[in-house]
Amino acid sequence: MTTEPTVGLLTVPWRWSRRHLFQSPGSSVLTLLAAWLLWKVLPSAVNWALVKAVWSGDPAACRASGGACWAFVTEKYRLILFGIYPYDEQWRPLTAIVVFVVMMLASAHPSCWRRWLIWMWAGGLVLVGILMWGGVPGLPYVSNDRWGGLPLTLILSATGIVLSFPLALLLALGRRSRLPAVRAASVAYIELWRGVPLVSVLFMASIMFPLFLPEGITVDKLLRAQAGIILFTAAYLAENVRGGLQAIARGQFEAADALGLSYWQKTRLIILPQALRLVIPPLVGQFITTFKDTSLVVIIGLYDLLSSTKMALSDPQWRAFYIEGYVVAALIYTVFTAAMSYYSQYLERRLDRDRRRS
Amino acid sequence: MKYFLSAAAVCLTAAVSLPAQAGQTFDAVKARGTVTCGVHTGLGGFGAPDAKGEWAGLDVDVCRAVAAAVFGDAKKVRYVPLSAQQRLTALQSGEIDLLSRNTTWTMSRDTASGLLFTAVNFYDGQGFLVNKKLGVKGAKDLNGATVCVQTGTTTELNLADFARANKIELKPVTIENFEEAANAFVSGRCDAMTSDGSQLAAIRANQTPNPDDYVILPERISKEPLATAVRQGDDQWFNIVKWTFQAMIEAEERGVTSANVDDMTKSSDPNVQRLLGVTAGMGKGLGVDDKWAYNIIKQVGNYGESFERNVGHGSKLKLDRGLNALWTRGGMMYAIPVR
Repeated sequence: MTTEPTVGLLTVPWRWSRRHLFQSPGSSVLTLLAAWLLWKVLPSAVNWALVKAVWSGDPAACRASGGACWAFVTEKYRLILFGIYPYDEQWRPLTAIVVFVVMMLASAHPSCWRRWLIWMWAGGLVLVGILMWGGVPGLPYVSNDRWGGLPLTLILSATGIVLSFPLALLLALGRRSRLPAVRAASVAYIELWRGVPLVSVLFMASIMFPLFLPEGITVDKLLRAQAGIILFTAAYLAENVRGGLQAIARGQFEAADALGLSYWQKTRLIILPQALRLVIPPLVGQFITTFKDTSLVVIIGLYDLLSSTKMALSDPQWRAFYIEGYVVAALIYTVFTAAMSYYSQYLERRLDRDRRRS
Repeated sequence: MKYFLSAAAVCLTAAVSLPAQAGQTFDAVKARGTVTCGVHTGLGGFGAPDAKGEWAGLDVDVCRAVAAAVFGDAKKVRYVPLSAQQRLTALQSGEIDLLSRNTTWTMSRDTASGLLFTAVNFYDGQGFLVNKKLGVKGAKDLNGATVCVQTGTTTELNLADFARANKIELKPVTIENFEEAANAFVSGRCDAMTSDGSQLAAIRANQTPNPDDYVILPERISKEPLATAVRQGDDQWFNIVKWTFQAMIEAEERGVTSANVDDMTKSSDPNVQRLLGVTAGMGKGLGVDDKWAYNIIKQVGNYGESFERNVGHGSKLKLDRGLNALWTRGGMMYAIPVR
């Protein structure tokens, strides 16, 4: 027997909180603990970040207020975002950021997963290259040792992800190959690169590698770092892809063989589409990791977003306000990584729906 | 196969131990048309990009002066920002032509690392910054004091050595991040802060509520002669970089500045005439134009100007000349005669 409870003003929030916050004694304790923490932390954080904050002005004004000194960011935001890219040309890296965001959005929707996507990325990366380097009429040449900030982070991570992916597919397939030499080479590659931290890869690329070259011959610093990131990421991605390959039922392989498909046809049409769908969460996880790991290039003197923030802080007048600088850098990183992980959740839901329908 | 292996071995040997011919670096610089200069990734006053991304600083001025001497144009520099770990390798491998990056001149770097230091452009040393309220006159009065220090640096080791040598007890408060250490000191968590003198002066001028309440104690517990370095094997290039800096000090000694350098070419002082290329011949020995020093002074300025602009009282660091004053004013800067 169910009696309809009287619906008062508080009934809905009451029910909602009963279900979500106080369902069991354990969750009640956690809720109260979280509320206590917020009560302790939030007022002073809001006070610091908003109420007492200084939005523009000089360091003396910041010191006087005792709040967050967003004036530092107002003053230095172009240095943080674009590093030492020539000041008057900074619309170019800004356009490059827009190009990247558009390409990422276009790649996001499954209805766009067509062959033209590959061409779009190829064309987009060339366009970014032209924008950043210049050297064509109307765009003065800018050497890549002046690139920095957010565009550099995006270039390193997007190029790293895009170029490591094909390599990862080959490695994953190679590791499951029936040919012993191919299998051994793939295993050796993957284990070698996974056995080394990215920091040491970058160190090797930037410090040891030049010593092996004849004097006077140097390979560009950015290129060395980019190559290191691609080769490193490929090893991790390959293992993710292999996980997907192993989850495919044997019947799928046999059915494909029975249809008389060649190895490459079978792989491209039957196996990979299913395998990749299974491993979307770890793939996105790896993409996020790669995006964040690019900040390690700080040790080889490249100005990614984090190091350009650090550089902006080298001004002795503003040096005391490092927290504000790092908070802003963290926010920018969070926007990108949060977008990636929400997208991954959306994609899983959508692909699940597809599967249920079939 | 055997042939291939021995060929490979020959190539490898050639690659790692290629004897540097005289003039190799200088020839490469001239062919390229720019000087590739290794600088700090960001150290205010010494080497850091300004708000517009243009490099400026005391170390950067050395790069600009070398370009002015070689090409007559101080802008012909390509800057390569380097981390502390990279800097020596970048020079050894030929990625840069000279290193002007807050680097301490030591014997092992001069010998084992294959480098040659040309000249000290800043004499620094580790010291202590204290609040005047503490009432200490010297570092040895700091017995029992808490000292803010950045972790993982030689600064920390020097502090321990100093305490042991003087049989006093110092309580180091080690903090990973330099800015955080400075903030901790200013907010009163430690009695003293230790770091290089130039850094302490920067904290005093910019981060304390009232700089006059703070004092840098007179003792220096380490020697940090910060110098410019080139790769071994090109004596001519070594000379150019060495004399570029000498010209900047000589100009200050003779009172030649970027403002009056054109008038000074009419000077009757033979020393000034030689420096500014009025008397022909001084550039020939270096392999550069006779106007080499004129170009340096005109475009970059003499050492005193560079100092005031970047780290002195005309800058945010507000350092005193101290050891970096001319020898005639009680400092260590002593120009070798240009003759």
